[in-house]
Amino acid sequence: MPIHDQSYRRYAGPRDEPGHAWTVIAWAGIRSMITKRMFIGLLIFAWIPFIVRAVQTYIAANFPQASMLQPTVETYREFIDQQGAFVFFVTIYVGAGLVANDRRANALQIYLSKPLMRMEYIAGKLMVLGTFLLLVTWLPAMLLLLLQTAFAGSFAFVRGNLYLLPALTLSTLLQVLVASFTMLALSSLSNSSRYVAVLYAGAVFFTEAMFGVLTAITGSTAVSWVSFSANLAQVVDVVFRLTPRYDTPWIVSLLVVVGLVVLSMSVLERRVRGVEVVT
Amino acid sequence: MEPRNQSPPDPNPLTPRTEPRNPRTEPRNLRNPGTPEPSSATVELENVSVSYGRNRAMRDVTATFRPGAVGLLGPNGAGKSTMLKALLGFLTPDQGLMRVLGLDVAKAPLRIRARLGYMPESDAHIPGMNAVSFVAYCGQLAGLPAVDAMQRAHEVLYYVGLGEARYRNVETYSSGMKQRIKLAQALVHDPDLLFLDEPTNGMDPKGRQEMLELIRDLAHNKGVNLILSSHLLPDVEYTCDHVVVMDKGAVVAQGPIQDLKGPGGRVYELRVKGDEVAFVTVLRGQGMECHGTDEDVMRVFVPDGQDQRLLFELAARHGVQVRHLKPSMPTLEDVFAKAVGED
Repeated sequence: MPIHDQSYRRYAGPRDEPGHAWTVIAWAGIRSMITKRMFIGLLIFAWIPFIVRAVQTYIAANFPQASMLQPTVETYREFIDQQGAFVFFVTIYVGAGLVANDRRANALQIYLSKPLMRMEYIAGKLMVLGTFLLLVTWLPAMLLLLLQTAFAGSFAFVRGNLYLLPALTLSTLLQVLVASFTMLALSSLSNSSRYVAVLYAGAVFFTEAMFGVLTAITGSTAVSWVSFSANLAQVVDVVFRLTPRYDTPWIVSLLVVVGLVVLSMSVLERRVRGVEVVT
Repeated sequence: MEPRNQSPPDPNPLTPRTEPRNPRTEPRNLRNPGTPEPSSATVELENVSVSYGRNRAMRDVTATFRPGAVGLLGPNGAGKSTMLKALLGFLTPDQGLMRVLGLDVAKAPLRIRARLGYMPESDAHIPGMNAVSFVAYCGQLAGLPAVDAMQRAHEVLYYVGLGEARYRNVETYSSGMKQRIKLAQALVHDPDLLFLDEPTNGMDPKGRQEMLELIRDLAHNKGVNLILSSHLLPDVEYTCDHVVVMDKGAVVAQGPIQDLKGPGGRVYELRVKGDEVAFVTVLRGQGMECHGTDEDVMRVFVPDGQDQRLLFELAARHGVQVRHLKPSMPTLEDVFAKAVGED
C-alpha cells in the first residue's frame, strides 16, 4: 500500500443535515469582507460618532456645568439618524456584489447544486450585510446606552425610558432589513457590482430629490412617502415615541417600507435561480 | 468479539476519515441504505416534459440510467443540459416523474443534491477565492465539517491535477484548469452520482485526454456513477458503457454501447464515383443505412444476410464506380447517426 495515496478516496466522515448552509455562506462572506483594509477603515470611521457621543456622555455625567449635554431619547434618535450615512456606505460596499458577483461568475448553479435551498442562499447573503449594518447601528447604540448607565452610576435613565432598548433594537433592525433586502434585490438584477452600487445610490438620491422638489411645489411634506429615507425616518420617529417629522401619516410610510421589502423578496425569488430562463 | 479487518485507531483526530474506494468489495453506499443496487437505475425519467416558455426542450422523455458511466449524447439543443438541470431541481417539469438514486426529485431535492456532484457546462466558480478555499467551501456547503472539507479539497485538487496551482485565485485559471476545478468541486463531498455537462469543453487535446482519463478512472476504478452529457461521440465512447441518445428533446436510443453498435463486420466505408446522391437512394431502397463522414467516404450498414457483394452488384447495375470499400467496425457515431436520422 502506498504511503500516501493521491488518487480519489471516499469520504466516510460526518455530514451536516441540510439546513446549515446559510451559516457557511454568511461566515465566508463576513470573512472575505474583513480582509479588506478599506472596509475596515470604513467600519472604524463609522464608529467616530459613537466616540463623540461617548465623550459627550462622559462629560455630562462628570461635569455638572455641562449638564446640558446630558443625553436624552432625542440624542439616541439623532445617533440613529447620523449612522444612516454609514448604513448607506456599508450597504453599497458590502451589498453591491453579494449576488451580482455570483451571477457574473455563474456561481448560482454551483450553490444551488449543493443541498441548500434558494432561501438559505438569500439568508446567508442577507446575514453578511445585516451583520455589518448592525455593527454600525445597533451595537454602538447599545454600547452608548451601557456607557451612559456606567458613567451615571445608576439605571435611572434606562428605568425612566424603558422603551428605549426595544426602540433602538426595532429601529436599527428596520433600517438594516430595508437596506439589506433592497440592496440584495438590486444586486440580483445585474452582473456588475458597480452598476448595482450606482443604481442603489441613484434610487436613494433620486427619491430624496423628488421629495424635496414635491415639497417645494406643494409646500407640504405630505409627499414624504416618495422618499426611501424619509419613510424610514418617519417610522423610526414613531418607534421612538416622537412626533413624526413629516405630514405623511406614519402608517403610509410603514406600508411603503413593508411594500419595498415585499417587492425585494419577490425580485429575489425570481432572480436567484440555478438557471435563468429567458422567454 | 473484535470485528475482522478493523483498522488501527487513528492517533490524529484531524486525519480525514477517508479510505481508498474499492468498488468490488464495498457496498455502494454506506450512508444511505436507499441507494440502488448495482442492477437498478441511478436515474429514471417517466414521460418528462420541460418547456422554456413556449419552447419544449424535453418531450415525453422516458429514460433509465444504469449504474456506472452513462453517456448522454446528442447534438447541441437536444435537451441534454435541460435534463440534467431538471434532475437537479433547477427546472420544474411540465409533467412526468423523475427519480434520482431512488428518490423523487420533486419531493426530496435536498437529499438528492447531498449525494450528487454537478459539473456545469459554463465557467462557474465562487468569485474572490483561491482554488483550495473554493473547493473546501463547496464541501462545507454540501455538509462536510470545515476541517474535513479542507482536507478533501487538497486531495481532490491533487487528483484532478491542480495540486500545484491550488493557492491561485480561480479567476486567473486557464479554460482547462477551470474545467478541472469544476470537477474538483463536484467531487469534494464524495457524491454517489456525478453529472458532468460537456466536461471537455474548451480544453486542448492533451488536457482533454487527461480529463477523459480522470472520468474513466472515476467510473471504472473508483466506482463513481456518472452521467456524461456531451455532443462529442469519442468522449462518450471512451468513458462510458451505456448511452442515452437525445435529439430534439426526445430520447431516440438508449442501451449498452456495444449492443447499440450491433455485431461488427456489416458496416462498410464506401467511396464511389458517379451520381452519389442517386446511389444513396438506391442503397436506402435496399434497406441499407447510409451516412456521410467528415472525409469523402460514406458509411453503409448492410442488413443481415447480405454482404459487400450486394454493394458491387448495385454499383454495377447503376453505373457507379466503387473507388473505396473497406469493412469497418460499427462506432458510436453510427449509432448516433442512425438514431437521429443523420444523412
